[in-house]
Amino acid sequence: MSKLEKFLRGRFAAALVAILVGFAVAAVVLTAAGFNPAASFAALFQGALGKPKYIANVIIKATPILLTGVGVAFAFQTGLFNIGAEGQYILGTIIATIVGVKCNFPAIIQVPLVVLSGVAGGALLGAFIGFLKAKFGIHEVITSIMTNWIMLYLCNFVVSTETFHKPNSTSALPVNPSSFTMILPNWKKSEAGKAFLANIPWLREVMLKTDVNFGFLIAVLVAVFAGFLLSRTKLGYELRAVGYNKDAARFSGISVDRSIVLCMLISGSFCGLAGALNITGISPHTIGTLAAMEGYGFNGLSVAFIAGCSTVGCIPASLLFAGLIYGGMTVQQVMGAPSDIINIMIGTIVFFIALPGVTPLLADMLAKKRKEQESIRVSKDGTPLPEKEV
Amino acid sequence: MEASPDYAVQMHGILKTFGNFTALDHVDLDVKKQTVHAILGENGAGKTTLMNILYGLYQADEGEIFMGGQKVSITNPTEAIKHGIGMVHQHFMLVENFTVTENIILGDEVCGAAGILDMRKAREEVMALVNEYGFDVDPDAKIEDITVGMQQRVEILKALYRGAEVLILDEPTAVLTPQEIEKLIEIMHDLIAKGKTIIIITHKLKEIMQSADECSIIRRGVYMGTVDVKNSNETELASKMVGRNVNLTVEKTPAKPGNVVLSIKGLTVKDERGIEQVRGLNLDVRSGEIVGIAGIDGNGQQELVDAITNLVKAESGTITLNGKELQNTTPRNTFEMGVATIPSDRHRWGLVLPFSVSENTVLERHVDKEFGSGITLDYDKLRDYTTELIKQFDIRPAGSENERMSGLSGGNQQKAIIARMVSSKPDLLIAFQPTRGLDVGAIEFVHKTLIAERDRGAAILLISFELDEVMDVSDTIAVIYHGQITGTFAQGTVDENQLGLLMAGGEAK
Amino acid sequence: MLSKLILLIGITLMYSTPLIFGAIGGVISERSGVTNIGIEGTMVIGAVAAASASYFTGNPWIAFLVAGICGGLVALLHAVASVTFAADQTVSGVAINLLAPGLALFACRRFFDGAAMSPIVTKLPKVFGNSWMSGTVWSNLNVNVTTVIALLLTIVTWFVLYRTKWGLRVRAVGEHPAAADTLGIDVYKVRYACVILSGVCAGFGGASMTIAIISQFTQTAISGHGFIAMAAVIFGKWTPFGAYGACLLFGATQALTVLLGGGVAPIPSQILAMLPYAMTIIVLILFVGRSVAPKADGVPYIKGSR
Repeated sequence: MSKLEKFLRGRFAAALVAILVGFAVAAVVLTAAGFNPAASFAALFQGALGKPKYIANVIIKATPILLTGVGVAFAFQTGLFNIGAEGQYILGTIIATIVGVKCNFPAIIQVPLVVLSGVAGGALLGAFIGFLKAKFGIHEVITSIMTNWIMLYLCNFVVSTETFHKPNSTSALPVNPSSFTMILPNWKKSEAGKAFLANIPWLREVMLKTDVNFGFLIAVLVAVFAGFLLSRTKLGYELRAVGYNKDAARFSGISVDRSIVLCMLISGSFCGLAGALNITGISPHTIGTLAAMEGYGFNGLSVAFIAGCSTVGCIPASLLFAGLIYGGMTVQQVMGAPSDIINIMIGTIVFFIALPGVTPLLADMLAKKRKEQESIRVSKDGTPLPEKEV
Repeated sequence: MEASPDYAVQMHGILKTFGNFTALDHVDLDVKKQTVHAILGENGAGKTTLMNILYGLYQADEGEIFMGGQKVSITNPTEAIKHGIGMVHQHFMLVENFTVTENIILGDEVCGAAGILDMRKAREEVMALVNEYGFDVDPDAKIEDITVGMQQRVEILKALYRGAEVLILDEPTAVLTPQEIEKLIEIMHDLIAKGKTIIIITHKLKEIMQSADECSIIRRGVYMGTVDVKNSNETELASKMVGRNVNLTVEKTPAKPGNVVLSIKGLTVKDERGIEQVRGLNLDVRSGEIVGIAGIDGNGQQELVDAITNLVKAESGTITLNGKELQNTTPRNTFEMGVATIPSDRHRWGLVLPFSVSENTVLERHVDKEFGSGITLDYDKLRDYTTELIKQFDIRPAGSENERMSGLSGGNQQKAIIARMVSSKPDLLIAFQPTRGLDVGAIEFVHKTLIAERDRGAAILLISFELDEVMDVSDTIAVIYHGQITGTFAQGTVDENQLGLLMAGGEAK
Repeated sequence: MLSKLILLIGITLMYSTPLIFGAIGGVISERSGVTNIGIEGTMVIGAVAAASASYFTGNPWIAFLVAGICGGLVALLHAVASVTFAADQTVSGVAINLLAPGLALFACRRFFDGAAMSPIVTKLPKVFGNSWMSGTVWSNLNVNVTTVIALLLTIVTWFVLYRTKWGLRVRAVGEHPAAADTLGIDVYKVRYACVILSGVCAGFGGASMTIAIISQFTQTAISGHGFIAMAAVIFGKWTPFGAYGACLLFGATQALTVLLGGGVAPIPSQILAMLPYAMTIIVLILFVGRSVAPKADGVPYIKGSR
């Protein structure tokens, strides 16, 4: 087998081809709509990577979709489709806000308390979906979508209540500052901090102009931890066995129902964490009225697929998508092309990831070509070559 | 051989490869008109592939097909049907929730205007066929409600309805009782008398001797020749099929039964649809003895195994293991109490195909301290353990610990399951269809292992739809019919006709 | 009391209509063995296509057809993935649900100067004309013409599925594709046709929202309707009339939301808005176990692997 063939049969090639097709389709759509695709893509890259603060914002944007991506990938490896990541994310933000507003402990207690209550919210909702699947056999995709909408309205309800509503706004009260997880929020505004940062312009820009926070570091640790859980522990072994073959797992004594609930609980907890960290890490540090889904869950889905459902693979994938989404806003500002083009691109990428046969098909074509050439060679010198392993 | 009008079907120089695997290597087949022609070969020898090519489901890479001396090209089933070829597949191609009539007319419907079905006329046409050939089939019955034998007749009717002159029967006797087999052979001879030609694919020698005029043999994709059945015998056919002399009998010493290990009393089990499949079943299995359950598929075997292994809850009755209650606990506890089970469908129940071989060997035992004390699973220990099992049970290829299970051959996958089950030294070993789809060599291995386990002192419960297997391997033969044990015999005290009658719900003579 | 009841019936019929189109699409697709989770996205495309076409042509009937065609084109993508490439049908459907809203909004902003909603467009007529009994409570029974079309579609689908050879073949392909294949039925063709038809139905469903119920495209015009329709397919046991009845139930829930929302009950509107979604889950809990899907539903058919 040639190197190219081997590469084409791998997962990385599938992702790469899908991304390229995504750009190609976007280019076609842009052209058809009367925009210059080259200039649009230039604006996209400029908007994502043009300045230090842009890069910082991409990383900040990547945090929640990395976590929801890890949640989806984790569930997918166990054979479950957690399209409810969106709702679990929202519940994470709701609970974190409620706890963050109502409690006011020193940061050392407050931060874990707020974050973990958000995690618990996501986990419980995930477990609920898992329970419905295990106990009643209801497809998790349908319940997930329903809970997504229920959570959206729950969020709007909480925002509207007297206790939490911030007067003259469409949002709830912000959480108490002891819940914040930004990096050195007070120091950077102090005289000493300002003096220090004045000498390092890029750091100054990043620190002062963005909500730079600990979220991404935590998310990376979680991605690695989730990978460890799946591939090195007995629990992960059982979850994967259930994912690959439910019947064989049950036959060998693994409790399938328990695995499904547990898997969705863990997956939901990652999504809840994503929500909680968005509340503690970036302003306005609260929830607002939602008109439509914010897309953190759905983008997580895309991240997971492009990563081939490897939790660690979600790290680069989340940065890629965060770059597209963040840079996409510049496309709209500079070019006037709707930023929805990015969603078309992402949808296309996922669609092509879903086609399992595309890149192996290319590999098959290569193999066939090579065989033909070999057979020509055979006929030339008259001696048959031994059959090679493909 | 030259193409000749005396032959219904001639396939010459058929080559078929799948990737790098050569399934058929320039195979020839010449079937005389109005004869029963058997194609004999082991599982995986390529006989079904050859017939799928004739039926247009696969395309040959090379080779020619002649019918009545005329060259034909068959690229899909529609063309095969047009050329008068009908095929009855081993796994019936029937839509379970359709009626007999709907199944027969599917794809060649009786219609009024605008594609609207004329079911009354369709039913009349089906009835005419049923009467012509004297089949006992109700055209309005749903497939899921009729017996396997009847389903097979529906399949034959499907072919006749389409005007088939050449009928291909793929392993037609695999699921039938001896009496139903007799009836089928009768039908076959009747069809020949009415001018049809029959090709029968099988690996059962006895039936070839009873029914066929000629027999072509394929071994690992290579044509080994055609013999006149009248002038041949089972031993000759067997050695041609396998390529060496085979011992057709299972060798074992007399059993030395000990205490009762498994005791089932008054067991009743419902299936997922809520229908009682096991109805007050009683059964004892002693240590050092193989009890074989003979019966036709669908008489409660699956539910019996599911109840013993606690995959489903029993409605009533008791199951004890060494005197201890075994019922209504978890599958894991069942295993830990000393019950190991070789499942009937290894891909569905037995293996996690995308897992590595070593991950598969600990599906039950990964919780043991031996494979990691805390929450982690010790993959090094797991590999060493598997290396040992691979050596001990001669699983090939050697060194496949980290290979995906899906890459192993069927026989080696089955060996891996057996290794996993036997290595736990169970008190009770349940073997449900343990040789399904295996070739002769692997079958011998499975039978030897079962007997070795028996000699170690385990109680063995063998459940098989292959009557020969039950009769050859078991020390005690029990017949299951309609969810009950309807007869129990020591090996050698009963013949297959008596068993067949019981399996079909009759009385033993 | 009577007037309330009439109002309830009227709103129920109105809100169930888009669901019925989606659910009939689901029945057609799943009966042939292809799960179409992309119904939701397809409805969004239908919704934007109908509103735009009505805006530019001024003819809502043309707009209705355009929505069906666009829905069919979206479904074609799903057919390519799930039939030809034997892709995971859930993933492919989800991809369509990601792609479609992006495409819909992109088109909307392009057509309507960057706005995420269309202007008010010409609607399809009411069944008894637009002024019948207007001002009285009876006008609530003057339903949208789409409501009647949905009923006709249900009847036709039932007839084709159970009384014609095409229906027999579709059902056979959904239950046992290999059996159909051996009888010369082209499984791939049947599935392509059914998936595309399901997209056409879903496109109509989207149109019946934007050019019959409301009269414009908005970002939330289709918000989970496709998924509720899928639940209706399960609840309705994969039969056209069963799905129709299930959609009426879900429509009634939505009607109840509207009625209660009018200040009748002291329940916050956000909580009321959850009702249809919660109802879907409850109905599934109560009924899903008793409903048996077509045997080959969601399983790609690969020739030769029987």
